[in-house]
Amino acid sequence: MNDMSPIKASQNSDRETGLLNLSRRRFLGVSAGALVLGVALPSGAGRALAQAAAPAIEAGTRVNAYIEIRPDSSVLFRSAFIEGGQGIFTAMAQIVGEELDVDPARFVVEAAPPGPDYLLIGGFRFTGGSMSVRMSYEKMRKLGASARLMVLQAAAARMNVPVSELTTEPGRVLHAASGRALSYGELAQQAAALAVPADAPLRAKSDFRWIGKPLARLDVRDKSTGKAQYAIDLRVDGMLHAAVQHARHLGAEPQAITNEAQVLAMPGVHSVHRLPGAVGVVADSWWRARRAAESLQVTWTAAAQGTKGAMPEDYSTERHRDGLKAMTGDGLEAEVSGDATKALAGAKTVIEATYDAPHLAHAQLEPPSALARWNEDGTLELWAPNQAPEMFQAAAAKVAGIDPSKVIIHSPLLGGFFGRHFLYASANPFPQAILLSKAVGKPIKLVWSREEEFLRDALRPMAVARFRAGLDEKGMPVALSAVAVGEGATGRWFGRQPDKVDSSAVEGIVEKLYAIPNRRVGHIHVDDPAVIGFWRSVGHSMNDFFYETFFDEMADAGKQDPYELRHRLLSESPRQQTLLEAVADLSGGWRRGPYQADDGTRRARGVAMASPFGSEVATIAEVSLRGEEAVVHQVWVAVDPGSIVNPAIVEAQINSAVAIGLSIALMEEVVYEEGVPRARNYDGYPILPPDRMPKVHVRIIESGAPMGGIGEPGVPGVPPAVVNALAVLTGKRVRSLPLSRASLTGSI
Amino acid sequence: MQLTINGQSHQVEIEPDTPLLWVLRDTLGLTGTKYGCGLAQCGACTVLIDGQATRACVTPIESVAGTEIVTIEAITGDAEGRRVVEAWVDHQVPQCGYCQSGQVMAATALLKQTPQPTEEDIAAAMINLCRCGTYNAIASAVRQAAKV
Repeated sequence: MNDMSPIKASQNSDRETGLLNLSRRRFLGVSAGALVLGVALPSGAGRALAQAAAPAIEAGTRVNAYIEIRPDSSVLFRSAFIEGGQGIFTAMAQIVGEELDVDPARFVVEAAPPGPDYLLIGGFRFTGGSMSVRMSYEKMRKLGASARLMVLQAAAARMNVPVSELTTEPGRVLHAASGRALSYGELAQQAAALAVPADAPLRAKSDFRWIGKPLARLDVRDKSTGKAQYAIDLRVDGMLHAAVQHARHLGAEPQAITNEAQVLAMPGVHSVHRLPGAVGVVADSWWRARRAAESLQVTWTAAAQGTKGAMPEDYSTERHRDGLKAMTGDGLEAEVSGDATKALAGAKTVIEATYDAPHLAHAQLEPPSALARWNEDGTLELWAPNQAPEMFQAAAAKVAGIDPSKVIIHSPLLGGFFGRHFLYASANPFPQAILLSKAVGKPIKLVWSREEEFLRDALRPMAVARFRAGLDEKGMPVALSAVAVGEGATGRWFGRQPDKVDSSAVEGIVEKLYAIPNRRVGHIHVDDPAVIGFWRSVGHSMNDFFYETFFDEMADAGKQDPYELRHRLLSESPRQQTLLEAVADLSGGWRRGPYQADDGTRRARGVAMASPFGSEVATIAEVSLRGEEAVVHQVWVAVDPGSIVNPAIVEAQINSAVAIGLSIALMEEVVYEEGVPRARNYDGYPILPPDRMPKVHVRIIESGAPMGGIGEPGVPGVPPAVVNALAVLTGKRVRSLPLSRASLTGSI
Repeated sequence: MQLTINGQSHQVEIEPDTPLLWVLRDTLGLTGTKYGCGLAQCGACTVLIDGQATRACVTPIESVAGTEIVTIEAITGDAEGRRVVEAWVDHQVPQCGYCQSGQVMAATALLKQTPQPTEEDIAAAMINLCRCGTYNAIASAVRQAAKV
């Protein structure tokens, strides 16, 4: 089992250097086209990727890397971005099809392999940060237009006429003068051999047939009939199945297995393996492997005190929260305007409050898996759910001890991701699959059981925020001081600089647009003992709850209506003020309540604004109480992403964001006691069930501002809108999520 | 053990307490039925056993010998199933899609037993989890499929 050792070394070094010193947060507000990134790259893996990131090939320009026109004039398109439910494959087909002049319904889209052609995110490649469309839109249009021109040039040569006499209709080139026509399929081979033209004309926006339209998704029928294949569904010849039992505490290592002989004798069991931080069983079916893995009686060697990344055996989330709350001081400056200290000292009224939000699990429905196969030519083939093929390729190469060019990565459809499938040392099963496959000399498909997934997921960090606000004699806010406490996911994985604030820890508290003249936002870094990661809308997922709920406390303290106060403080921000008016209009006009609904329930509404991922969002939630339980009846969302590609997908993504946003408001938290998570399945970690889903109303506003994101922006406004409405019903402020932990009695 | 799946008879030699889910997925290669939780919490593994929605992850194969098992792979061979699939497409229900095999099977079972379901019937039958939050689209699609 000596070949098991590299993984530990690689995990440690990755963790220490940061695999890639690229902050996805640094793209916030950067428009597509401005792709220049000034990032300091670390040594090791980071440097290798830096070289890969500075290729001679300009990403997103080589037509043949993306587009294959098939004989029947359908298009095989290789997407730089991975499909995980957000609709990106369909969006790519719409954008490219529009310019190529091929109906998007005639596209077959698959995830592209690793390669310099696909590094569309500032010289890197990942699917996240709600960036895919906005960072690639112009390049993909040009790519489609270039491909169309190549087809035209091929047709011109074939027909012996100038290109200027040719036109296209979907999938066909026409020569009106002679009445001749050729299909794209007939011209494909010849077109593909041509050089990519530099100056292909783009279609005028007014002529768009598919961009901006609610086209049907390409994957819906396969996903409705069980035909869609995810990593967990794949199979190759000669494959064996594997399951693992992880150390309860990350960092512990397997010492002795007291019943190995009995387990080896269980039906279908092929072999038992010691892995870094785990034991694995290989068998002829996954159920047999799992049963055997769970039967293994293992003694574990605890990690030495102070081992980096090891889970302390006495860790409790409750104590961690207390520790965050107990942190004093103003922290590193993240944002400052005016003089908050002075203004607070001179304010008529000062209010203060401390908020907190728990760790969260991704809880995507597809448990992580990986299929590894060593090929006879020395290459390693890996099928693994991932949001970043090149990063997984580099990491897999280190585990396997081979050059990255010898690792073939396949990126299957993701059965939900929400940030789960980035490269997180200790949270991805592929290193174990590689090692097991090497040990047994056969392809291995490893699946983590739901229980192992809940033990090893990379969590949304826990966070605390302390606020102080000063109001003048008219009840208007004149000063706001906020201190966020905790650790950001970006700093954890891409390198934190101790003298700089990790933007992923404060986003949602900084860059708020309300005209409060004196502001200071600080951040106090506290290491989170849990493995933390990116979770849908990242820092916004808690920080907008903190800020927007405290905003209502300011409004109440100043005897102002929270909608009217927002509206007034946005008078210098017309885009956001318009959006606020739009969501009020969508909901039939702002009414805070409480009021009695037709069904006799007593309801109230809360409002919240957020500016995440380059988009603007306004949210209103309507809530009542049933006993001690919050019932959310309706949620209205007005979203301004600047411009969009598919309104139906936008609306679906907002519905999805409302569901997950409400889920974290109502019921989600990861609780650790004695270094282990209390919940290992959905029974202990409930997620929003169908009967708690509200009606969702969406209005999309295309203001023409630079294109923003869609996948995440709908999340952050939901918890504060709900909690603000609840405060109207109960007369009490809930400052800690989830609501399932709060007492919601005491209705006024 | 003899199992009848999608109208075909299969001879399966495996421990009789093996959950049906893993016989479907690993023994027979019918991977349309998904593993989500293994505890009958999420419903991603829903199949029809004699027309009833059943969670395959907690159903030992010894308990289903002699029954008619239908999985998502045979869904379009079923009249209600076809209607459900068309409604799913019309309402563009799936996002990541991972739970949708189970959702479609649950909806099909509902319509087989209650061709004209009330809102309460729909709420009682459609209890599978969806992390993408497609619940509103699911409910709309079920309503459409119920209108013959």
